[in-house]
Amino acid sequence: MSNMKFDDYLVKNKFPLFWCGGCGNGNVLGAIVRAFEELQLDRKNTVVVTGIGCWGKADDYINTNAFHGTHGRALAFATGIKLANPELKVLVLMGDGDGATIGGNHLIHAARRNVDLTAIVVNNLNYGMTGGQYSGTTPEASYTSTSPYGHIEQGFDLCKLVEGAGAPYVARGSVYNIVQLQKLIVEALNKKGFSFVEAIAPCPTHFGRRNGMKTGPKMLNWIKENSVNIKQAEKLSPEEREKKFVLGKFVDRDKEDYSTKYEKIFAIAENAE
Amino acid sequence: MEQNRRIRFIQGNEAIAEGAIAAGARFYAGYPITPSSEVAEVSSVRLPQVGGLYVQMEDEIGSIAAIIGASVAGKKSYTATSGPGFSLMQENLGVAVMAEVPCVIIDVQRSGPSTGLATKPAQGDVMQSRWGTHGDHGIIVISPSSVQDCYDLTIQAFNLSEKYRTPVIFLADEIVGHMREKAVLWEPSPDQIINRKKPTCDPKDYKPFKPDEDGIAPLAAYGSEYVFRVSGSTHDETGFANSKPDNADRFIRHYTDKIEKNKKDIVILRRFNLEDAEYAIVTFGCSTRSALEAMKIARNMGKKVGVLQLVTLWPFADDGVRELCRKVKGVVVPEMNLGQVIREVKRVNENNIPIVGVNKVNSEAITPFEILAGIEEVER
Repeated sequence: MSNMKFDDYLVKNKFPLFWCGGCGNGNVLGAIVRAFEELQLDRKNTVVVTGIGCWGKADDYINTNAFHGTHGRALAFATGIKLANPELKVLVLMGDGDGATIGGNHLIHAARRNVDLTAIVVNNLNYGMTGGQYSGTTPEASYTSTSPYGHIEQGFDLCKLVEGAGAPYVARGSVYNIVQLQKLIVEALNKKGFSFVEAIAPCPTHFGRRNGMKTGPKMLNWIKENSVNIKQAEKLSPEEREKKFVLGKFVDRDKEDYSTKYEKIFAIAENAE
Repeated sequence: MEQNRRIRFIQGNEAIAEGAIAAGARFYAGYPITPSSEVAEVSSVRLPQVGGLYVQMEDEIGSIAAIIGASVAGKKSYTATSGPGFSLMQENLGVAVMAEVPCVIIDVQRSGPSTGLATKPAQGDVMQSRWGTHGDHGIIVISPSSVQDCYDLTIQAFNLSEKYRTPVIFLADEIVGHMREKAVLWEPSPDQIINRKKPTCDPKDYKPFKPDEDGIAPLAAYGSEYVFRVSGSTHDETGFANSKPDNADRFIRHYTDKIEKNKKDIVILRRFNLEDAEYAIVTFGCSTRSALEAMKIARNMGKKVGVLQLVTLWPFADDGVRELCRKVKGVVVPEMNLGQVIREVKRVNENNIPIVGVNKVNSEAITPFEILAGIEEVER
C-alpha cells in the first residue's frame, strides 16, 4: 500500500461539508483523518459506523467501509461487525444525543463488554439536527429550543459514565485543542479494547445562539475558557469542577478485549459434550 | 464428526437453533425472553463448537443491530425473541430491509399485547411481521407447525434470506417452540445451502445496491477487497445518501418487488385432501395441527374437508388461496388472534364464498372441535 495522506481518506466529491459555519464537526473529521494518516490505516480493513444526527453524517466524507444505521444504535451495529470479524478496525462516530442519550444503554454495555471499538462522541451539548433541543449532556441552566426557561436537568459527564462502565481507555478533548484531540484519537485507535473519546464541540447555530454565543469563534472561546486540564481540575472544588470541561486522558489500562476472551471459549466448547 | 443424520426427540426451539447452524449461521445476538429463550441457550452451547459466536446484548434493539452488523461483516446471523422483543426490533428490521442485509429473526409468538401472558401461546404477530416496521417494503415470513418444520424451515429461512438479500422472519409460536417431537436433523449438502452472491467485478466498480439482472445486488463483506458502505437512509446504488424523488421511488419499489415478484419461488403451501374437498381449512403454525385433526374427524363423518397450510405467510399466497376459493364451497380460518390471516383470505375471495374465522385469544390452543364447529357454520 502506498503512503496514505489524510485527504486520501476523504470523499472529496461530497464537499463542501453539510454542516453549518462554526460547527465543530469538520474539525473533528479533520482530526480523525489525520489520525488515520498517522496510523496508515488500511481502508479495506476499516469500518466507520455512524448513527443519526449532524455528526452521523460524517461517514459521507470518509472513504473507508461505512455503516450508517439508526439513531442511537451505532455501537450495537458495530459490536456485530467487530465480533463477526475481529480483524477489522471499527470506529463509531456518534453525537451526544445519538450516542449518549438515546444510545446510552449501548454505550455503557459496549464499554462493559470491552469490545475492541473506538467510539468518538462529538458533544455539542444539544440536538443540532432537529433544531437545538436539550440532550442528555446539555448543562443545567442553559437554554435550548425546549428549555426556554433554563434547563433543570443535570448533564451527563460521559467520561465518568464510560469509566464507571469499565472501559480501558477514556479521554476528553475539545475542538479548541485540536492537536490534543488528534493525539487522543490516535491513542484510542491504538488501544485494544473499548476506547472512548469525547470531543467538546461548538454548535453556534443552536446552542450558541440561545446562550449568548452567536458565532463560532465566540463559542470556541467559551469552550476554551471553560476547559481545564486534569491537573488544573484537581485544584478546583467539586462544585467548580462540575462547571468545567475537564480535558485529558482519564483511563488508560490494559484489559483483555471480548474477542480475545472468546478465543478461549472456542477452545473450551470444542472439548465439551 | 457430525453424523449425516441425527434422530432426536427435541423441542421446537432447539430444532430452530440446530437448523440455523446447519444452514451455516455463525452469529447469534439476542436478549432472553420467554418462550424463545431455548433458542438462545442452545445457540450459546452449539455456536462456539462450530466456530460461531454467541453474544447476549443489552436489549432487542441492540440484538437485531448486532446481527445486521455481523451479516455485513460476512457471517450468517440470527436472533430469537417473542412479542415484546419483536416490537423493539421493528425499527432496525427496517434497516435490514433498507440496507438489504440477510438475517433471520425468530419470533416465538406469545400472548399479547404488551407483556401479555409470557408463557402462553398466540398467533397475534402475523400483521406485525408484515407491517411492523414503518414504510413500504416486502418481507418473507415463514411459519412452522412441527419440530421437524423448525429444523427444515429454519434452513429454508436462511436460504431465502441469502438469496433475496433480505431479512426473513421465522414466525413460530409457544406451542411449536416448546413441544417435543421426533426430528431428523439431516446435514444439508452444499447444494442445499444458498449463500449470498458475492461481487466479482473490479473493486473500483462495485456498487453494493446495484441489482444484477435477477434483481438482487451482490453483497461483499467488510474486510474483503471491496470497500463499500451500507445505509439505512435512502441511498443510491453506491450506498451514499440520495434524496432525489426518482431515486427514492425506485428503491422503495425495489424493496417490495424483489419479494412480491418472486412469490413463485418463495411461497410454500401444503395441501391436504384438497383434490375433492368441498370445504377447506386455511391454517398456519400450531393451528395446523388442530386443523389436520379436524379434517380427519370430518372425513370420518363423511364430510369432504381439506386443509391448506400457509407455510409462507408473507408474501401472501394470493394465487393459491384464490384458486382454493374458486374450488370449494366455504373456508374456515382458525387463528389464535382475532382475525389477521382471514383478512387476506377474504381479499382474494373473488366468488364471495362463505369464510368463517375461528378465533381464540384466551391463550389456549384452538381445538379440532372448535374448527369442526366452524365447518358446520360455513356449511349452513
